Amino acid sequence: MKHMKELLFVTAVVLASELVTGQALDPAELLKPLSESWPTYSGDYSGKRYSALTQVNQSNIKNLGLVWTSRITAGLNNAGGGGRGGFANAAAPTIIGGEGTGDLNESGPNSRSSRIVSSILEVNGKLYFSTPDNAWAADARDGHILWHFVWKTKGGTHTGNRGLGMWGNRLYLETPDNYLVCLDATTGKEHWHKMLAPLAQQYFSTNSPIVIGNHVLVGLGNDLDSPAFLTAYDPETGEIQWRWYATPQEANDPALKTWANLTAAKFGGGHMWIPGSYDPETHLYIVGTGNPTPAYTSKSRGEGDNLYTCSLVAINVDTGKLVWYFQTSPHDTHDWDSTQTPVLVDAPFNGRQRKLVITATRNGFFYTLDRVTGEHLVTGKFSPTANWDKGVDGRGQPVRNPAKDFDIAGALVSPTNAGATNWMPPTFSPDTGLFYVTTEDSYAMYYLTDTDPRGSMGLGGKDEQAAGSLGTFLTAMDYKTGKIAWRHQYPEAGAWGGTNVGHALITTAGKLLFGGDPGGNLVAYDPATGAILWHVHLGEVSGPAQTYMLDGKQYILISAVDSLYAFALN
Amino acid sequence: MKARAAEMQIRALLPTVIVIVTQLVGQVSAQGQTPARGNAAGVTPANPAGAGRGRGLGAAVNSRPPSDPAQVERGKALYSVRCTFCHGADARGGEGGPNLVRSGLVLNDIKGESIAPVVQNGRPDAGMPRFDLTVAQIADIAAFLHTFRAVGRDPARNPPPNILIGDAKAGQAYFNAKCASCHSVTGDLKGLASKISDPKTLQQTWLMPGGGRGGSTVVNVPPKTVTVTVSPVQKFEGRLERIDDFIVTLVDAGGTSRTFIREGSTPQVEVHDPLRSHKDLLPLYTDKDIHNVTAYLATIR
Repeated sequence: MKHMKELLFVTAVVLASELVTGQALDPAELLKPLSESWPTYSGDYSGKRYSALTQVNQSNIKNLGLVWTSRITAGLNNAGGGGRGGFANAAAPTIIGGEGTGDLNESGPNSRSSRIVSSILEVNGKLYFSTPDNAWAADARDGHILWHFVWKTKGGTHTGNRGLGMWGNRLYLETPDNYLVCLDATTGKEHWHKMLAPLAQQYFSTNSPIVIGNHVLVGLGNDLDSPAFLTAYDPETGEIQWRWYATPQEANDPALKTWANLTAAKFGGGHMWIPGSYDPETHLYIVGTGNPTPAYTSKSRGEGDNLYTCSLVAINVDTGKLVWYFQTSPHDTHDWDSTQTPVLVDAPFNGRQRKLVITATRNGFFYTLDRVTGEHLVTGKFSPTANWDKGVDGRGQPVRNPAKDFDIAGALVSPTNAGATNWMPPTFSPDTGLFYVTTEDSYAMYYLTDTDPRGSMGLGGKDEQAAGSLGTFLTAMDYKTGKIAWRHQYPEAGAWGGTNVGHALITTAGKLLFGGDPGGNLVAYDPATGAILWHVHLGEVSGPAQTYMLDGKQYILISAVDSLYAFALN
Repeated sequence: MKARAAEMQIRALLPTVIVIVTQLVGQVSAQGQTPARGNAAGVTPANPAGAGRGRGLGAAVNSRPPSDPAQVERGKALYSVRCTFCHGADARGGEGGPNLVRSGLVLNDIKGESIAPVVQNGRPDAGMPRFDLTVAQIADIAAFLHTFRAVGRDPARNPPPNILIGDAKAGQAYFNAKCASCHSVTGDLKGLASKISDPKTLQQTWLMPGGGRGGSTVVNVPPKTVTVTVSPVQKFEGRLERIDDFIVTLVDAGGTSRTFIREGSTPQVEVHDPLRSHKDLLPLYTDKDIHNVTAYLATIR
């Protein structure tokens, strides 16, 4: 007990001293609606990506111009980072960590470590962002790189990195070889690192840790069959506080009846590789779970729903226990993760104000639920071509059509495996009451290749071959009806390609909707109609559009592969 | 994985998008999270090529040092006698025994150190007997187990099934009703099945010629064209080079490239997609239609 008190005292002192430096994140900032800073993945806990900032608005957007740009240099071979301007400036320090040899680290312009898809934190005038194995701090006023951290990797799938978590003056990075690395925000130096899961079991980590109170919430990825879990770590020490498994690991789990047996359930998937949203009133962390495995040859999973895969789940952050769930894709057979960012909204519904959660999932369906209880309110389709269901049942869930699972001779299914949407964060504007999401109407032939369910694993069992796209869209959904309010088709745009392509969206109180488009433009739309108000061509937009306010100036921030661009009013 | 879908429209794609595609091909997976393509032990006897959809080089897969072939052979022999019945010859599960390839214990094991206690003590609660094997013998078995590729999709396991299950006659009727206005099996499609002998490739090709994933390139597909009407008397036409909401570029018959800034509906832009009819049919096919047409086209030699 005495120990505990000492520890708390030390923590308090550490935090206090860090706060004094003016760098540290005040915990109160995390509870505010998105406005001047951007302290967590979605800007605030709601996942709305709706900024209260109004300096840039419809009336003056035509005067939005470039303020600065900054380029990163990933990997071990290049000390420091880009953005070093004149000769008088000292090179930014490179800090190296990691347990690998460095041989597997990627660098160079085409490397995924040079591709920014992460959300970028903005706290007290500094930006913090990441790519696989790499993290940077930059000055939010001119993009000048302050430090660059590189992790010598032992391996793991290097598909992307969604961003950093922040607590006090500390940052948290997940690495592809499954470490949680705690960095000092001022210097980029490592405080500690903890192994999240064994690399040998083919886990890989791309997620952005989410800091809530004194919990760092971490989800992983895995495309074999290894058990899926969300873990809370102590931000100070990195010790595990609790762990929630997406599928039953014990014989007494009530969800086990939705599986053929315990082995199938244990290896049943459900990885939470995109952050969830958080409701401070109910202490519920609401997150989407991934696809069940084996993904395609699903016989070994039994005929049941395979809980809690492809679901929206509400976890109490204090206890790590499940409070409610709603399955958005019962017994998924197409590897359509439901890991899309849920959006928490307080809005009128059927004549009264309700606490809602809204999600548009990779399978083409759109849902509005009560976020306190999980009560189902609305189901709709945001991709009209989705053809894998036989309608919606009394629970509001789509009923899968087994004929569209796959077929030895091929089943023509919409959407493709990349989905009707994917990881790219949606946005919700209280001004319009509309939910905006990047979507695609696409078809693929799904061929069953693994006719032996005994040995099927992971994503195996099928050969999926795209057959055609009828268009990619910026789609606005009405949360009250589940119907499409409007959509803007990107002219002649090809299939987006899944997880590393941008088009993450943001809305602002300036009545603006920003997003990247497939032509490589950053575009501002009228959120009420989809009318185009402003654009700039950047070559390729890879990350989410964001905004922050500094020295009385509102910045619009965007990442385009290895470069950051910041815009403000001229 | 949708990298693959992205490939499909490559011909019609704008240069910028091609960049995206190039970067994505073979790199992204399903979730967007690509499986590390296997336990790079990779050297499965059954599976020497080790081809995978993951991007080998950058995928930075955790690897095991190459195993000693003699040890693997010894392990294989021991495994076949002691383990195959319950765990299967391919170690993916058999009579009562679990899949060992995806077992966390086996994946974490390096040279038998984790496997040995289980084998030597058994798992009485799970029905597994104890085996009187030495540590060296178990290390041999472990070496053999570690040669299996722990991946979901392993084409070597399952030779592709025959997809020609349709009714050629029904396919002919469908073809005559829906396709014959543009195509003829004695004209543009003459000898199609001789040029594309693999039925799956044939099917992917006719569904979306020159565009769909897994299709053949022997079929010539004309490019998208565009008409840009600047004024009632000024019209430009040519191959569509690039288009988004803000710009359109065409190359005219004389090879001249022309670019127009777009502001809303000015100038008027009309894209002509030679594959329009194929796209319009996608929501209309039944799977049976597709299989039948493939069966019919497979007879066009």
